[in-house]
Amino acid sequence: MEMIKKHFFSDMSIMLGRSMRHIFRSMDTIITVTIMPIAFMLLFVYVFGGAIQTGTDNYVNYLLPGILLIAITSGIAYTAYRLFMDMQRGIFERFHSMPIARSAALWGHVLTSLVSNAISFVVIILVALIMGFRSSAGVLSWLAVAGILALFTLALTWIAAIAGLSAKSVDGASAFSYPILFLPFISSAFVPTETMPSAVRAFAENQPVTSIVEAIRSLLAGQPVGNDIWVALAWCLGILIVAYLFAMRAYKRKAA
Amino acid sequence: MKDTAIQVKGLQKSYKQLHVLKGVDLEVEKGSIFALLGSNGAGKTTIVKILTTLLKQDSGTATVNGFDVAAKPDNVRQSISLTGQFAAVDEILTGRENLIMIAKLRYLKNPRQVADDLLNRFGLTDAADRRVSTYSGGMRRRLDIAMSLIGKPQLIFLDEPTTGLDPEARIEVWKVVKELANKGTTVFLTTQYLDEAEQLADRIAILHEGKIIANGTLSDLKKLFPPAKVEYVEKQPSLEEIFLAIIGKKEEQ
Ligand SMILES: Nc1ncnc2c1ncn2[C@@H]1O[C@H](COP(=O)(O)OP(=O)(O)OP(=O)(O)O)[C@@H](O)[C@H]1O
Ligand SMILES: [Mg+2]
Repeated sequence: MEMIKKHFFSDMSIMLGRSMRHIFRSMDTIITVTIMPIAFMLLFVYVFGGAIQTGTDNYVNYLLPGILLIAITSGIAYTAYRLFMDMQRGIFERFHSMPIARSAALWGHVLTSLVSNAISFVVIILVALIMGFRSSAGVLSWLAVAGILALFTLALTWIAAIAGLSAKSVDGASAFSYPILFLPFISSAFVPTETMPSAVRAFAENQPVTSIVEAIRSLLAGQPVGNDIWVALAWCLGILIVAYLFAMRAYKRKAA
Repeated sequence: MKDTAIQVKGLQKSYKQLHVLKGVDLEVEKGSIFALLGSNGAGKTTIVKILTTLLKQDSGTATVNGFDVAAKPDNVRQSISLTGQFAAVDEILTGRENLIMIAKLRYLKNPRQVADDLLNRFGLTDAADRRVSTYSGGMRRRLDIAMSLIGKPQLIFLDEPTTGLDPEARIEVWKVVKELANKGTTVFLTTQYLDEAEQLADRIAILHEGKIIANGTLSDLKKLFPPAKVEYVEKQPSLEEIFLAIIGKKEEQ
């Protein structure tokens, strides 16, 4: 037992290495989580941007937080998919019959999601810099941004884990992500909510993405974040905890 | 009494209303090859999953290497290895990477060397650096078994190891199983092929309708065979005939 406990982190890092290989070997994952958000950024800045009134002179600055969140929301379906395939193909049964930490296999997928998102954030921010993104944020603000992004990634990844663990088919495993994909579009990520019809606006202003986008936007602009950051943190932590509990329950049920 | 590797008593398991195991008793001696024979849906995989700690039984007890599977699953996992019914290999990794991954998870000192040796032994050296998704069914099965040998477990479970293999690949797998047993590893295998059990097993148990209806050496089972029919040439009954005869007898009762 002691030996097994001690190995949790090394087991998990072996699992992480494994699923990172999966990501780097599947082009569509890389395209979806990195290139597609960049394409959105190009589209919004150079095609729609001229017509969009945000009240800022630098639309890339306005857009970047939403683009980062799109990278997260479009990547989680792959986490669900990879998890589902592992359950399906029997490799989890092999792991579970071995003397390794029970949840290392699951945590491997969760960490993979974090690491791969971190990589795509860096790429997206570099492209944004080339497109004219400028930030006056200090180190602490950047750390806060990284923290919020990590929390949001974790929250959505655990939702993906529930889907991957309890789905009956491949399509089912990724279907859960469709409504989540729309969240950034019905938020203040691309345009201010003031111009939206009142029902849409009420939804947009009270869903998690808007508070997260506003918090990140203020942090990057070096402005006071006000309440948004607490609302954003509450959303992320709330979703994270609930999703984690349900995912663990689904995992225990599957893995005897 | 000899050392027992596996002891199962009164094992019961249902999936919802479906009562699959209705009180299974069996015993496997250390260092022997034990074959569990049964038709599709008899519950062979269910027994293997319970013994390898993947599934909990509803009642009855099972001990593996002296450890209760329900109470001490971690200790059980230390001494076993499972090759499930469907190849549990990572399709996106190469054959070599699969082996290295398992060797690392088993904390062996020299994962690369272990992988090289097994690739060589299973004739996979040429395909070692290709993704497993490009492997044939037989290659995949060989890799799957090779992964199970890593770390030299004392007890190996093979759930239908040769289903879907061509005759040549089957004979290769048989060779590996015999080698394992010669080196003292206990092998628990399930099969639908009677000739496979006949070829390999020291003891054979037949699972039918949730119970073990026959258990013994090949010659024990042959004694259960009804007296020879009147035939022009006297002939030894094959296991297939024994199997069908025993099942037939049970169903008449
Ligand atoms: N998770 C499950 N939920 C419901 N029923 C199940 C489940 N797993 C197995 N069964 C049923 O239990 C019975 C025994 O299944 P099991 O897989 O143990 O049989 P088997 O002897 O291994 O068959 P096969 O030779 O086809 O592999 C079958 O009728 C099967 O449909
Ligand atoms: Mg089976």
